[in-house]
Amino acid sequence: MERYTILVYTENFIGILNRITIIFTRRGININALTASESRLDGIHKITIEVTVTPEQIEQLVKQIEKVIDVIKAYYFMDNEVVYQEIALYKIPIDSLDPSLEKVIRQFNAHIIAAEKEFVVLEFTGHKEDTQALLEILKPFNLLEFSRSGRVAIAKPKFSVQEFLNNQT
Amino acid sequence: MVRGADIVVKSLIAENAAYIFGYPGGAIMPVYDALYDYSDQIKHVLTRHEQGAIHAAQGYARVSGEVGVVLATSGPGATNLITGLADAQIDSTPLVCITGQVAAHLLGSDAFQETDVVGLSMPGTKWNIQVRRVEDIAPAIAKAFHIAKTGRPGPVLVDITKNAQVEFGEFNYVPCLNIRSYRPYQPIKVQAIQDAAALINSAERPYLLFGQGVVLAHAEEELKNFVDKTGIPAACTLLGSGALPESHPNYVGKLGMHGNYAPNLLTNKCDVLIAVGMRFDDRVTGDLKRYAKQAKVIHLELDPSEIDKNVKCAVSVLGDCKQSLKLLTEAVNSNSHPDWMEKFRELESQEKEAVMSNDLHGTQGGLHMGEVIHLINKFKEEDAILVTDVGQHQMISWRYFDYKTTRTQVTSGGLGTMGFALPAALGAQLYDYKKQVICVVGDGGIQMTIQELGTIMQTKAPVKVVLLNNNYLGMVRQWQQLFFDKRYSFTELQNPDFVKIAEAYSFKAKKVTEREDLEAAVAEMLVQEGPYFLEVVVEKEDNVFPMIATGCSVEEVRLS
Repeated sequence: MERYTILVYTENFIGILNRITIIFTRRGININALTASESRLDGIHKITIEVTVTPEQIEQLVKQIEKVIDVIKAYYFMDNEVVYQEIALYKIPIDSLDPSLEKVIRQFNAHIIAAEKEFVVLEFTGHKEDTQALLEILKPFNLLEFSRSGRVAIAKPKFSVQEFLNNQT
Repeated sequence: MVRGADIVVKSLIAENAAYIFGYPGGAIMPVYDALYDYSDQIKHVLTRHEQGAIHAAQGYARVSGEVGVVLATSGPGATNLITGLADAQIDSTPLVCITGQVAAHLLGSDAFQETDVVGLSMPGTKWNIQVRRVEDIAPAIAKAFHIAKTGRPGPVLVDITKNAQVEFGEFNYVPCLNIRSYRPYQPIKVQAIQDAAALINSAERPYLLFGQGVVLAHAEEELKNFVDKTGIPAACTLLGSGALPESHPNYVGKLGMHGNYAPNLLTNKCDVLIAVGMRFDDRVTGDLKRYAKQAKVIHLELDPSEIDKNVKCAVSVLGDCKQSLKLLTEAVNSNSHPDWMEKFRELESQEKEAVMSNDLHGTQGGLHMGEVIHLINKFKEEDAILVTDVGQHQMISWRYFDYKTTRTQVTSGGLGTMGFALPAALGAQLYDYKKQVICVVGDGGIQMTIQELGTIMQTKAPVKVVLLNNNYLGMVRQWQQLFFDKRYSFTELQNPDFVKIAEAYSFKAKKVTEREDLEAAVAEMLVQEGPYFLEVVVEKEDNVFPMIATGCSVEEVRLS
């Protein structure tokens, strides 16, 4: 099993995300993380899916995704073929703020992005392994809440969805 | 300005739809009201259940090659289509289904007969959409037809809210010819043709498997030319039957669980396996780990997701097989393989002796299903269409029916939908009243959609229904006998008087129990002008052989 990032470029139609996720559901494959957003091209959405599957499975998954009528193009990449980041937020009670925590924040280059009367919110961006490491360290500080985003990714290999669309007509 | 409901009907007419198979209800009533005004331009068939409507549309689509059209209401009307959608999806049948939906302002409020049809039908459609505004109706229907019939065909569903049906808008129909995200046909790569040709030219024991893809691509002629030139033995899948006439000298039989002996066994003896428009279904391959491992596989296929899905191929030729077969025929050498062909014929005679002679020419005990099909062959018209349901009678009919031309085979292949045959036969018959349509069905399956006898009565479609009655869910019983220690758990049926039922629906009907009466009864049925119902009581515990049991290899095909 390998960890893959699938990049899907789609029309921005209702239900498209459902059409894509049922491909995974039907095959009993768990999606590690999923992010959807607008792409660089007007009206075209980009869905980033992180999944851990076999090489045979990833081939089939991407072919099935491309088969969806409103999907323009789908690609898959190994971790070393994409630049990717995940953002994590950590909610820590004010009482826990002491010099040792300050040291952790400096070490990780994390940011305090909100300070309320009773808690602060730390923000830290990196790979899952990094945000997880910070999570483990913060747990003893009575961490109140933790939230991590799905992967956002840019592929290193060159490809052009625009070019694909131009060739289409 | 016209109503949305009129736009629906006018759009269907613009797409040259000849028939609508449907059932009215609250949320689709405006469209039904509009239909009243267009009955001279498009015919509507009122089935007795929405499942009947969609199977009828499938039968129509399969024999005509055109898009079958279905109309149903929201909620239960729409959910009753689900079986047919799944069936059409797995068997690549082009359908456009239009369902009514509650008014847009009620969506999500659990309104009367509201159900999430788009969500429910998503896995069973090639594409679907909900239309909530009158101006979106015509473009959605245009897109639906384009998607249903191009590339690998399939069912699509357009769900139209009631407000959109009653609002007024302009009708200006623009057929859909291109969707930027949808590439239905892949350009054929010259290199792939050359690689395939090189493999075929150097093969000593090449073997060709053809499926429904040949029929869907209208590539029957191209297939025949390829086989003629290369002299390669050719076998078909269930839905490929008829794409090459069974009388062709290179035709060697049928593949799969209940196919013929030689085509299965010799799959593991060929050196190059050429698969055309087929998808290596598990009922064809048996255990994949022991399937054609010795062979280099060439796959001619339209759908990229079928390549390497079940069987890894040495050469994939993506694209429309009508073109790729033509190019490949030009690229290969003329050849013949008499010794290799002889191997098929030798095994064929073994099967004839061990299975067929008894199946077709019974002398004692109850009637065999095969005897009935054998007699149908004797009296049927050359281009008669055989529609079957699912189970033992389906496999026996397929094994013994004499397929002389293409599009004469209508059955539920991938999904195995009991209850398919009767409504599908109706749809097949409506495409051409003059064609002979023979519907062979079991006593289990017919009772799943028996109400469609009423639709046949009302349309006067001259369908010939042949009920092979063994008072069992025969295929399940066969498995219980072979694999569950003869524990016949809930497979025996207490059946009604089918002849009385048929007569109540105005069918001419007859029941045959004795061997000596069968021939005259089949002959009588096939000269009738109108609908006819023939019940044949057959041996209760006959089994279908040859058989490849689940989990076995094609080599382990057994004759008894």
